Amino acid sequence: MAEKFDVIVVGAGMAGNAAAYTAAKAGLKVLQIERGEYPGSKNVQGAILYADAIEKIIPEFRESAPLERHLIEQRVWVLDDTSHVGSNYRSEEFNREPYNRYTIIRAQFDKWFSEQVTKAGGLVICETTVQELLMDGNRVVGVRTDRKNGDVFADCVILADGVNSLLARKAGFHEELKPKDIALAVKEIHFLPQETIESRFNIGEDEGVVIEMAGKITAGMMGTAFLYTNRESITLGVGCMLSDFKKQKTTPYQLLEQMKAHPSIKPLIAGSEMKEYAAHLIPEGGYEAIPPVYGDGWMIAGDAGMFVNGIHREGSNLAMTTGQIAAETLIDLKTAGKECSARNLKVYRQRLDASFVMKDLKKYRKMPEIFHKSPQFFTTYPELLNRAAHTMVKVDGIDKKTKEREIRGSFLAARSLTGLFGDAFKLWRAFQAR
Amino acid sequence: MTQVKVEEKLFQNRYRVDAGRPHIHIKQPDLCANHCTEQQCTTCCPAGCYIAEGNGRVVLITDGCLECGTCRIICDEHRNVAWEWPRGGFGILFKFG
Repeated sequence: MAEKFDVIVVGAGMAGNAAAYTAAKAGLKVLQIERGEYPGSKNVQGAILYADAIEKIIPEFRESAPLERHLIEQRVWVLDDTSHVGSNYRSEEFNREPYNRYTIIRAQFDKWFSEQVTKAGGLVICETTVQELLMDGNRVVGVRTDRKNGDVFADCVILADGVNSLLARKAGFHEELKPKDIALAVKEIHFLPQETIESRFNIGEDEGVVIEMAGKITAGMMGTAFLYTNRESITLGVGCMLSDFKKQKTTPYQLLEQMKAHPSIKPLIAGSEMKEYAAHLIPEGGYEAIPPVYGDGWMIAGDAGMFVNGIHREGSNLAMTTGQIAAETLIDLKTAGKECSARNLKVYRQRLDASFVMKDLKKYRKMPEIFHKSPQFFTTYPELLNRAAHTMVKVDGIDKKTKEREIRGSFLAARSLTGLFGDAFKLWRAFQAR
Repeated sequence: MTQVKVEEKLFQNRYRVDAGRPHIHIKQPDLCANHCTEQQCTTCCPAGCYIAEGNGRVVLITDGCLECGTCRIICDEHRNVAWEWPRGGFGILFKFG
């Protein structure tokens, strides 16, 4: 008779580690399976760590977790081909402990997070790929791994296997992912001396800046770009919806190259040494694209459940929170001596609904559709904004009233009055939604 | 803008290639050659694993695969990509991620 666990967690990313840690800490018999050489070796993110989500799982994380810089400034840029219009938010409040957000390097952070799982008593097995779920009728009873005699059994399996989740798909729990619900991001990590980063971004030791970018940087596709400061490196990348990538002829790496060559970005990474190139999918379908997240003997957490807030660039915090809630649901069932049936696991979805995860996703449920139908937000408007700024900033003997008229004219010519009001209304309505 | 070679980027990455056991296959090569006009995999794959040959065929070499899953999802009209995760411990090993 093979060994049986209370729970098997598939994957050692943010969701999987949160679930495994929470369950192990409560005394459950936990097996966590990771296909990478070590936890983190398959994981890719920007990456920003939101303190609140990890703090609710490991309150003292700051004492030992590998953190890069805490955020003190956020820049938002709208880019044209050669310029950007932007806003800066720099806050001394963000510069006070306990810090709210940090940049991290996932390969290091996930390794640390996984060590906490082991310390809490969870069994973590790496270099092992889960090939399929073992079923007894409709009920998940375990997993089949690629190890010899690799079947293992559990009362419940938590699927935290990431965006390209094959296990639930193979078991027929949900339909195939659609290109319109998934973004492809490519990124690079560039190393620079710590002092260079600090002087270039006007920041002190441990302090960090993030730049979020939209506009022509995505070559007309629905997407965004980013640049984050780490301690001795800068990560930067660009991501667009797969449905848009399919329609055009630019390769993802060419898009990244164009981003790096942009006059607003080039000086920030000048003289740096590129040490890794990565790609990752991001589930950005939002609320409407969330698959069923529980059933007989299984729950889904993190990216595998589409738990990403694309509007606010949040994902890892949703992953940790959903992983934690999945584990807590299980702990409560175990304590009450109840079985992990779909009927009982329904509580998982109810708790998600009551959390910020579903509330936020629900609030922005119309956003993906609006952006899909309004390419002007990624083409026309960035150009108009940058031209308007250029017109106003340039001193050339033309009076300001004439310049205003010219700017107004350019907006009307590009979008018409109805178009402008329509776009503004669409955005307003989508942001106001509850 | 000069065209960038993706190989130069992939050169920075660390891989443990499962020699002779690619984890992704093109199910029916004829389908790509004769029925797929777009061949988006040759543009969208961030590692440039799919190469359009002169005769209309698509050749897949998975050694540089970043395991993102793009090819699996964009081939939604023909579903001609058989996609599995690499065996445990093999494939891309991110140093930073």
